[in-house]
Amino acid sequence: MTHSSTPLLSLSHVRREFAGGRVALADVSLDVADGEFVSLLGASGCGKSTVLRLLSGLDTPTGGSIARNLPVDAVPGYVFQDAALMPWATVRRNVELPLMLRGERAALMRERVDAALRAVGLADSADAVPRELSGGMKMRASLARALVTSPRLWLLDEPFGALDEITRFALNQTLLALCKPPDDGQRATAVFVTHSVYEAVFLSQRVVVMARPGRVVDEIAIDVPYPRDAAFRATPRFASLCARVSDALQRASVAGAPA
Amino acid sequence: MTRAGLVVPTLSVLVFLAAWEIAVRALQIPAYLLPSPSLIVLTLIDNFASLAASWWFTLRITLIALALAMAGGVLIAALFASSRNAERALAPFAVVLQVTPIVAIAPLIMILTDSPLATVIVCAWIVAFFPILANTLTGLRSVDANLRDLFVLQRASRWQTLRHLLVPAALPSFMTGLRIAGGLALIGEVGGEFAAGAAGRDTGLASRILESAFRTEIPKMFAALTLVACTGVALYLAAGALSRALLQRWHESERGG
Repeated sequence: MTHSSTPLLSLSHVRREFAGGRVALADVSLDVADGEFVSLLGASGCGKSTVLRLLSGLDTPTGGSIARNLPVDAVPGYVFQDAALMPWATVRRNVELPLMLRGERAALMRERVDAALRAVGLADSADAVPRELSGGMKMRASLARALVTSPRLWLLDEPFGALDEITRFALNQTLLALCKPPDDGQRATAVFVTHSVYEAVFLSQRVVVMARPGRVVDEIAIDVPYPRDAAFRATPRFASLCARVSDALQRASVAGAPA
Repeated sequence: MTRAGLVVPTLSVLVFLAAWEIAVRALQIPAYLLPSPSLIVLTLIDNFASLAASWWFTLRITLIALALAMAGGVLIAALFASSRNAERALAPFAVVLQVTPIVAIAPLIMILTDSPLATVIVCAWIVAFFPILANTLTGLRSVDANLRDLFVLQRASRWQTLRHLLVPAALPSFMTGLRIAGGLALIGEVGGEFAAGAAGRDTGLASRILESAFRTEIPKMFAALTLVACTGVALYLAAGALSRALLQRWHESERGG
């Protein structure tokens, strides 16, 4: 971890209260270092997604402050729970959307889209429309759409929540390859929302456990170096980390349960 | 469409026409009560010049009103979609226009506009625009919230959001509205012609129907009626074909069958 400089993202006593008094986030303080992969883990309704929306700038807090140590024009690669593809457009048109909206040249778009599709294993489906794809392939297209802009920051909102376990494992692997390439260059920062303990442990360097109403209750470091592969899941270290995180999640849900 | 999808309705219509023809001949029903299909066709051929001119008038006015209804319906839907208060303020007027029978409003429009042509266009417009407004609005409101967020994140301009997100997302609903509106525009046109009550050369099929009724030229009345019905069917089929051509690949409503 690179704790030397100022964090890339910093939430300080952030509160988000909606009209009508519903509190999505009560008091959240969280730093994310440059190049770090952090998972937000917790039961539904604990404000994980709200944290992502605040980090992306789609939403603004009603209390506290958020510092983003990123260029003003940096757009995060945002991946939603459902693939959120345009049903009327081919995979290629979907993936090139961020570039097209920026007015990039056709030749450059083609090159970047081809590279992104290859990276997620969709090179053969460029001309398919979303309804012709399986759930896993849709999500691959969605990852490619985020990848195509080479974002420094990835915000992923339970992207694999609706997929079967086998597909989910494969996509976890793909995601790591995208965010944590083996050649140690400039690595992207990722904030990953999930309710799966295994996914959180497998992917991240730090698991942040959240509970209702919108607060951080625990943080567990996963200090296992990348690259991580399927063999990592079979190690006793993986099992003990999962047990620790599960335990923290258990205590959080008891503490967060309505009295 | 499948083979059975085309053959079965064609057969049922032919059987119906044959039964009609046989019944008229066998029961010796006089032509001033119910002309036979063959007589209607002959009348259509004999009066082709006058009926074709009237048909062209009716079709032209219907299409003009439909085009104006599309423009008005889409613009007002866009206004409603972007402002809840605009919708709250204007929706009652749209609903009142829609629920009041067109034949009841038509004489008033005739007095206000003092022009048969304007009356016919306004009548056809009023009945055609509401389904386009209602359906387009539904389409604009049903845009995927995540896709909306994505466009915001990518700092898409209003124009980009309109062109690349709102228009394609609302298209299936708009096409549904257009299919309904095509037939309704024709109904409004005919209602408007009845109310305007214009006679003479530059009038439509409804005027031919009224005229034939006055002169008890019943076969000619049926001939004009046949043309009105065929025009309605053609408009419906054209809207359906357009919808299929635009949506076939991606939208569930145009898959299979």
